[in-house]
Amino acid sequence: MASPLKCNLCSKPATVHLTQIVNNKVHKVDLCEECAQAKGVTDPTGFSLSDLLLKASLNTEGSDTGPRCEQCGFTQNDFKKTGRFGCPHCYETFKALIEPMLDNMHKGTTHTGKVPQKALARKSLYDRLTTLELDLSEAIKTERYEDAARYRDEINQVKQAFGEKPAE
Amino acid sequence: MVSAAADEQRAAILETCREALAATAPLKRAAQASIDELSELDRQILVERHLISRELSGAKNGSGVVISPDQTISVMINEEDHLRLQVLRAGFQLKKAWAAIDALDTALEDCLDYAFSPTLGYLTACPTNLGTGLRASAMMHLPALVISGQMEKVVRAVNQLGLVVRGLFGEGSDASGSIFQISNQTTLGESEDTIIKRLGSVLHSIIEHEINARARLVENDAAKLQDKIGRAYGILQHSHLLTSGEAMNLLSLVRLGADLGYFPEDSRSLVDRLFIEAQPGHIQHVSKSDLDPAQRDSRRAGHLRTEFAAFPAPNFLNGADAKPQNDN
Ligand SMILES: [Zn+2]
Ligand SMILES: [Zn+2]
Repeated sequence: MASPLKCNLCSKPATVHLTQIVNNKVHKVDLCEECAQAKGVTDPTGFSLSDLLLKASLNTEGSDTGPRCEQCGFTQNDFKKTGRFGCPHCYETFKALIEPMLDNMHKGTTHTGKVPQKALARKSLYDRLTTLELDLSEAIKTERYEDAARYRDEINQVKQAFGEKPAE
Repeated sequence: MVSAAADEQRAAILETCREALAATAPLKRAAQASIDELSELDRQILVERHLISRELSGAKNGSGVVISPDQTISVMINEEDHLRLQVLRAGFQLKKAWAAIDALDTALEDCLDYAFSPTLGYLTACPTNLGTGLRASAMMHLPALVISGQMEKVVRAVNQLGLVVRGLFGEGSDASGSIFQISNQTTLGESEDTIIKRLGSVLHSIIEHEINARARLVENDAAKLQDKIGRAYGILQHSHLLTSGEAMNLLSLVRLGADLGYFPEDSRSLVDRLFIEAQPGHIQHVSKSDLDPAQRDSRRAGHLRTEFAAFPAPNFLNGADAKPQNDN
C-alpha cells in the first residue's frame, strides 16, 4: 500500500486507522476525519468495528448481475451498499457471497451456541400441519377417503400438540 | 428484517414484541414507549443511560423500547434487528447477566419465532452478528493505564484475542473519563458460554494490569498523581465552566482517588452517579429552558460545585493499594 492512505469509505486522505485481528488475520480500516466522525468512531459506545470492516470490504462498484432474493427482492448491491440483508432467506440467496467472508469475520463458520428449541419445535409442527392440510384436500379431491380420514386424525393430533402448550 | 419491512409491518412487529415481552416475568410492569413518542431529549437521556442505542434513538416510526422497572433490562424493538435484548449489571457479573438474558430469551420463545439456521445460528440483519448474536461487554474504568500510556498496548493485546475495546485514548485528552467498553467481536463458531468465559478471563487480566499500573504510579510518581487528583477535586469544587469531556476527566481522577483510599470508600457511588448526570442530555433535562453549549457548561459546573461542596477533602496519607471497580 502506497502512502498516503485513502479513506475506505470516501477515498479522501485517511487520518484514523483501525485494526482488528480475527483468527490471526489482520483487518484494517482507514478513515478520513469526517467519515470517522460520521461513523461514531470518536464516540466510545456508538460504533461497531466489525460492521465498519464489513462495509469497507464490500466493493460497491460494478453491475448488479447476481441473484435476487425471492423473498424480499434484495440484490447483491443492496447488501453491498448497506452491509445488511433484507430477510433471513437472503442468507441462502447470497450464500456464495457471504461464505468466504464469514471466515474472516468470525471464529468459525458453524453455530455452536444456543438453539431456540421451543420455537423450532413449534415451527416444525406448523410445517407438518401445512403439509397435512394440503395432503387432506388432495385426498378429498381424488376421492381417497381412507387416506383423508388418516390425514384428519393426524391433523387433530398435531393440533392437540399445539393445544397442550400452556398458552400464556 | 427491519431494513426491508414496510411501515405497517414494523408497527405489527412492534405490537407483537410488546405483547410477548409483557408476558414475561421480568417485564410484567415494564415501561414501554415508541421512539416517535419520545422527545429528542428523552431519547438522548436513554442513550446516556445505555438503555437504548444511538441507532434506535434515530429510528423511524414503528420502533420502540421496553425497560424493566429497575432499568436493568431494556429491549429494543425494530432497531437493526427486530429484537435486541439487553441486560445491564453493575460490577463483575457477566455470568449472571447472561443467565438473566438467556432466561428472558427462552421465555420469549413461547410467543416469538426466531429466524434461525442450524448452521448459521440466529439470522441477524448484519452478518457480523450471526451465530449467537451475543455481545457481551464490560465497562471498565482504567485511569492508571491511560495515565501511564499503556492503553494502546492493552488494546492491541485485546484485539489479538478477538475482542474489541471502545473508548477514547488519544494523547493528552481524556474526554471519556478513562472508561472503556470491552466486548466480543465475533459471534459465530463459539458458544455463549465460551464467549463469556473468554471475555471474563481477559477482563481479569486487564484489571490486573490496571492494579499494577496504579501501584507503580503510587510508588514512582506519588506527588504527580496526588497533584492531579487534588487539582481535579479543586476544580470540581470551584469551577464555573466545565465541558462534558473535562468533567469526565476530573471525575475519573476523583474516582481513582477513591479507589486509592484518598477519599472515603462510599464517595465512589456519588462519582458514578455524577458521571451520568454530567452528560449533556441530563444537564439539559434538569434545566427548564433550552441551553446552548456554553450555558450547559455553566450548569454542569454549577451542579458539580453543589455536589462537591460537601465532598470530603482528599486525605493523601490514606493511600492503599485499592482494587479498581468495574461495571458491565
Ligand atoms: Zn471518508
Ligand atoms: Zn431476502
